[in-house]
Amino acid sequence: MLRFTLRRIWQIIPTLIVVALLIFVIFSVVPGSFAASLFSDGRRAADPQMIARLNEEFGLNKPLMERFITYITDLAQFDLGTSFRTRQPVIELIADRMWASLQLAIAAMVFALALGVPLGFLAALRPGSVLDTVTMIGAVSGLSMPQFWLGLLLMYLFALQLNWLPSFGYGDGSFRNLVLPAVTLGVTPLALLARTTRAGVLDVLSADFIRTAHSKGMSEAKVVRWHVARNALVLIVTTVGLQFGSLIGQAVVIEKLFAWPGIGSLLVDSVAIRDIPVVQGTILVIVLWFLLINTAVDLIYAAIDPRIKQE
Amino acid sequence: MLKKLTLAAVLGLGVATGAIAANERQGGTLVFTAPYGSSFATLDVQSSPNTQEEFITQAIHRALYSWDSSNNKPVLELATSADVSDDGRVYTYHLRETAVFHNDKPLTADDIIYSYKRIADAKNAFPGASFIANIKGADEFTAGKADEISGLRKVDDHTLEITFNSPINPGFALMQNTTAIYPSNIEDEASFAKTPVGLGAFVFKEHVPGSQVVVEKFDKYYEEGKPYLDRINIVLMAEDAARDVAFRNKEIDVSILGPTQYQAYQGEEALKDNLLEVAEVFTRNIGFNPKFEPFKDKRVRQAINHAINTPLIIERLVKNKAYPASGWLPLSSPAFDKDKAPYDYNPEKAKELLAEAGYEDGFEFEVTASPNESWGVPIVEAILPMLQKVGITVRPKPVESAALGDAVTSNNFQAFIWSNLSGPDPLNAMRCFYSQTAQSACNYTSFANVEFDKLYEQAQEERDTAKQNELLRQANNLVQDEAPVWFFNYNKAVMAYQPWVHGLVPNATELAIQPYDEIWIDETAPASRQ
Repeated sequence: MLRFTLRRIWQIIPTLIVVALLIFVIFSVVPGSFAASLFSDGRRAADPQMIARLNEEFGLNKPLMERFITYITDLAQFDLGTSFRTRQPVIELIADRMWASLQLAIAAMVFALALGVPLGFLAALRPGSVLDTVTMIGAVSGLSMPQFWLGLLLMYLFALQLNWLPSFGYGDGSFRNLVLPAVTLGVTPLALLARTTRAGVLDVLSADFIRTAHSKGMSEAKVVRWHVARNALVLIVTTVGLQFGSLIGQAVVIEKLFAWPGIGSLLVDSVAIRDIPVVQGTILVIVLWFLLINTAVDLIYAAIDPRIKQE
Repeated sequence: MLKKLTLAAVLGLGVATGAIAANERQGGTLVFTAPYGSSFATLDVQSSPNTQEEFITQAIHRALYSWDSSNNKPVLELATSADVSDDGRVYTYHLRETAVFHNDKPLTADDIIYSYKRIADAKNAFPGASFIANIKGADEFTAGKADEISGLRKVDDHTLEITFNSPINPGFALMQNTTAIYPSNIEDEASFAKTPVGLGAFVFKEHVPGSQVVVEKFDKYYEEGKPYLDRINIVLMAEDAARDVAFRNKEIDVSILGPTQYQAYQGEEALKDNLLEVAEVFTRNIGFNPKFEPFKDKRVRQAINHAINTPLIIERLVKNKAYPASGWLPLSSPAFDKDKAPYDYNPEKAKELLAEAGYEDGFEFEVTASPNESWGVPIVEAILPMLQKVGITVRPKPVESAALGDAVTSNNFQAFIWSNLSGPDPLNAMRCFYSQTAQSACNYTSFANVEFDKLYEQAQEERDTAKQNELLRQANNLVQDEAPVWFFNYNKAVMAYQPWVHGLVPNATELAIQPYDEIWIDETAPASRQ
């Protein structure tokens, strides 16, 4: 198990290096620069001397290869650089926002798990029932509904009409502020989980060993608990892992809409003004998060089904 | 029509009755929105050229001058009076003796000298350096050739003498966000970015990155009886739709409106009376590059101005949240010519001018445009069929907002559509058409006209404000005749406010920036604000 764990963690490193290279190349070739972006809203006249001073300060007029070497060298020392905009270390900016992002992702996942898995399970146990039909219609709607629109709808309903919850912001970090963004973000994984769970359970229910269990006189509850749940778990864990890993990335739109202070909104702002060190650092953190969650999922697989470890 | 508009705009067209102060009430919390992004870049406002950080400046800091929105001009802020030498270059400021920083340090001339040196220091690469540059010796200091700025002289603790290179009104430059005055007794300058200390009416309390900045009343503020509010939460809300819900839900006290919301709010009984409108100092335009052969001919540029039905676009696309532009200088500019009409919509005349210029068969050009709804690709798409009617084919060349500045300042365009600063200082605004101004600075259309240069240079030397404005008015009219741009519109900024909010002003430089020390809320405010 230890060797398996180490091997999976080791595999993260080349992926991170490739991502780091890609980010550097992409943001070196896209048009626009930080200094010039400061004037792009037309609210002040361009100041060539200031542009020159900023380019000099941030080393943006150095050759591409030199900048690349500096970037890689710093990265190897876990230094994500300094923000052009705030002149603070990128790691500090990300750390300031990380907890809010994690809160949102965890709350969204808990919401999705708490509703999606039981609904999928119940739907599969009663295929063709009203519950099954409603759950699947709900799942398809949840998957196809744009998050931005859903967020506005929830704001309108729960903030404006019912006045139960605040429509935006972090407030003092209270649960009430978290509800609407978390539910909006959690609807897609909820729908996916419900569908995946239903499909997984139906698949297991038609397996030979379930018929065998029934023929041995095992009760329905025991069959579900001992055989169905355990065998459907691998598929559910896969979906949970993939969804949880990508939630921080998906949260970009939600954070912007609800003025939620996570790293998603930091990324959007930084791309808009070409604050490249922050963009690079934030994307790397999002990718690292995804890889870590997936590695954790692989390890959980191995624990659930030892055959995976051997493969 | 234009006369009416002008008068209305200058007087602050939409100063709704609710916004006029009377019986100011002490106490309460204001929830103000900062709509230009989802974060504050820094709390060290000297280092930031962004409008977003001006919200913090207004609350926490003060500069030597400030903007008087009611009279549309810069006024002394940290000085009670200033003596000006006969040649208009030496100003002796008598500083407020009651002004105290939030760390209890009284304001002295040393603080201003310290602040201006910090801003001009090349190592910092601060945006305000260009505003300090007119002080004698600032360039030498920035270049590292001098340890001091020779034009700054402390006479005594509360008297400061500043010598300028030219006799221009220093108020426009020294009222800027980026020229705010910091205390000179802070050892760790990095702390300005986290725990700002200023002279403003409110003390920094808390910053939740990506969420809000909270400030509280400063009891030792130099304006007696002010501020009225106990606390302001400056919350970050970049999304228009989310701001709309929050405003309607009474979670925020003010909201800046886009064209669609403006139209919707005007039609709602509960909202329409609480709209504050002002003609801001931005001119939306399509700039023509004279490097592109057809644009060398003034008749072609004029033809484009005649071929586009500007009022129709303003009505349909911009939802009347703009005023048609009749020149470069906006309605609120003291040098605006109210008698000068915009180009009329006249496709036949456009065809005649094109034929005279040898383009009777038309030509094709591309417009570099950002996605902005009010001055971007949607507007280019709207003019496309209009120009097609006179034989001109337009192709939008979409670029991201961040790339627009790069494309224009590197002269890499045939035409561009942009919204550009055209005030409040008319002299500074017209600098963008002076042939000595670099294309990469703000002479984006590489405008060069001997007659204009003469008028501009005379205006630069003129000390009588009325005469100077007259010269600039002539220069502005000349620019309109030469048509280096398609004059589209002047932005009409609109702010919706809750009925319990009072003291808001029609700030033409940026409506979203309000003098917080003037604002108060009445007893009808919800309990959360009391």
